[in-house]
Amino acid sequence: VGTLVIGVGNALRGDDGAGLAAAEVLRARVANDVTVESWDGPPMELLDRWTVAERVIVIDAVTSGAPVGTIHRFDASAAPLLDHVSAQTTHGVGLAQAIELGRAFGRLPRSLVVYGIEGREFEIGREPSERVRRAVSAVVERVIEEVAADAPEG
Amino acid sequence: MHVKIRGTEVSDVRLEIFEPPRFFEAFLRGRAFTEAPDLTARICGICPIAYQMSACNAMEDALGVSIPTPIQDLRRLLYCGEWIESHALHVHMLHAPDFLGYESAVHMAQDHAAEVQRGLDIKKAGNALVEVLGGRSVHPVNVRVGGFYRAPARHELEALTDQLERARDACLDTVRWVGAFEFPAFERDYEFIALGHPDEYPMNQGRLVSNDGLDIAVADFGEHIREQHVPHSTALHAALIERGPYFVGPLARYNLNFDRLSPLAQEAATDAGLAERCRNPFQSIVVRSVETLYACDEALRLIAAYEPPDRPFVEVEPSAATGHGCTEAPRGILYHRYEIDAGGSILDAQIVPPTSQNQPTIEQDLRQYVTDRLELPDEQLQWQCEQAIRNYDPCISCSTHFLRLHIDRE
Repeated sequence: VGTLVIGVGNALRGDDGAGLAAAEVLRARVANDVTVESWDGPPMELLDRWTVAERVIVIDAVTSGAPVGTIHRFDASAAPLLDHVSAQTTHGVGLAQAIELGRAFGRLPRSLVVYGIEGREFEIGREPSERVRRAVSAVVERVIEEVAADAPEG
Repeated sequence: MHVKIRGTEVSDVRLEIFEPPRFFEAFLRGRAFTEAPDLTARICGICPIAYQMSACNAMEDALGVSIPTPIQDLRRLLYCGEWIESHALHVHMLHAPDFLGYESAVHMAQDHAAEVQRGLDIKKAGNALVEVLGGRSVHPVNVRVGGFYRAPARHELEALTDQLERARDACLDTVRWVGAFEFPAFERDYEFIALGHPDEYPMNQGRLVSNDGLDIAVADFGEHIREQHVPHSTALHAALIERGPYFVGPLARYNLNFDRLSPLAQEAATDAGLAERCRNPFQSIVVRSVETLYACDEALRLIAAYEPPDRPFVEVEPSAATGHGCTEAPRGILYHRYEIDAGGSILDAQIVPPTSQNQPTIEQDLRQYVTDRLELPDEQLQWQCEQAIRNYDPCISCSTHFLRLHIDRE
């Protein structure tokens, strides 16, 4: 696999469904050589899934205090996300933790970009909010541009 | 956590837990007795099997069903998987960073990648076991009152042997690693309570015993142990009616059952400097590692001896009855009591998880611990208090920095 796009989240928890919603749209819109996956399991298991790809783009909901719908882009292959390792996660390991553990174990893909969509409402049984849905559409366009712009190095 | 200090005296310590109440005991009422294992499993994502086991035991006790040994062995095997998962996570990802001075496992991995990786590999062996026996690694679905929906074939379990052997070797390294940590000098005269069984290190069956002479049938739990609301916490506090707070979990099991550990586990404990009796709760990280080793060892023994049962479950017919079940969750004894009607509907349910049993003991530990360390700056005191709370692997310790410490000094 050259490029792998993974939408991460929980479709039953409001804005946390952002990554999955983006993956759903992207699946129909990207070229055949790009693989799109949805992942609602423990982020640590991404370490095993993304080893197959040269370049990985992960899309997930985040909370940083920025306005809802803000799009963050982190180039995780360029700089550690240690500052974003939230201490508040319960029951284990969040995405930023998983990425930093992957780095420590030497198990990151050559290129790893994270799109974070700022969310606020994580209520059970809700759909992502309107502003998050608009951000999902915007992230979809940016990811399509990004995967088309340059083929993975090496 | 609230600490009140007056001069050189700690006048009050309160661990205030605010979890929105989830009303599990209330919404079990009216549900079928067969639903209790899967409904209560949802109480915890780390130890669902414990809830399934205690619920099954209680229902089978109510309905007078005895479970054949091959099915009991499969349950024990499944429980080994949960102990491995849960303990490996706590030892490597949550507690070890406290001892080595790191903010989190992620920070620790920058310098100790091999150890963190080892912990995750051990955990994976537990996941694999739970997946094969339970149908999936999180919230397994294969357990039912009377046994299992489906028993695995020999070859399915044998396929796990290599991974479990590697995990067992890894556990030996972990026991040595944590055995060399520095432990604060801290001991108290605890009453340890665990299941006691003549032939096995306790998991799924036995009487409730303690080092202070408690020796009762599980059905008498409510005669000796009372749960009560305390105003400062949404978690219930449990205590012995006769003697007050007590201690459950790995350290309790170890102190009361050292001689029933496998020879390999006993030897590893001794080599790591652990005596047969241990009253320092900070050394629970060593005990937890020894139990992880034991669970791998025991799983391998059970797999080697495995013969699929003729039927994976015993048929269970409802009748009006009350039943009690108690098993050893990774964090300690988990008690369930159910009253059901003739049609099998649940009329009343009581669930006493290990964390609520340990909470008064945790508060007493903190009171003494803080008293001896009043001169420490607040930030350092908070770090060490978190470490002391994590000795008990309470459910609330999942988040790495969960504690807000209010020190009120005058």
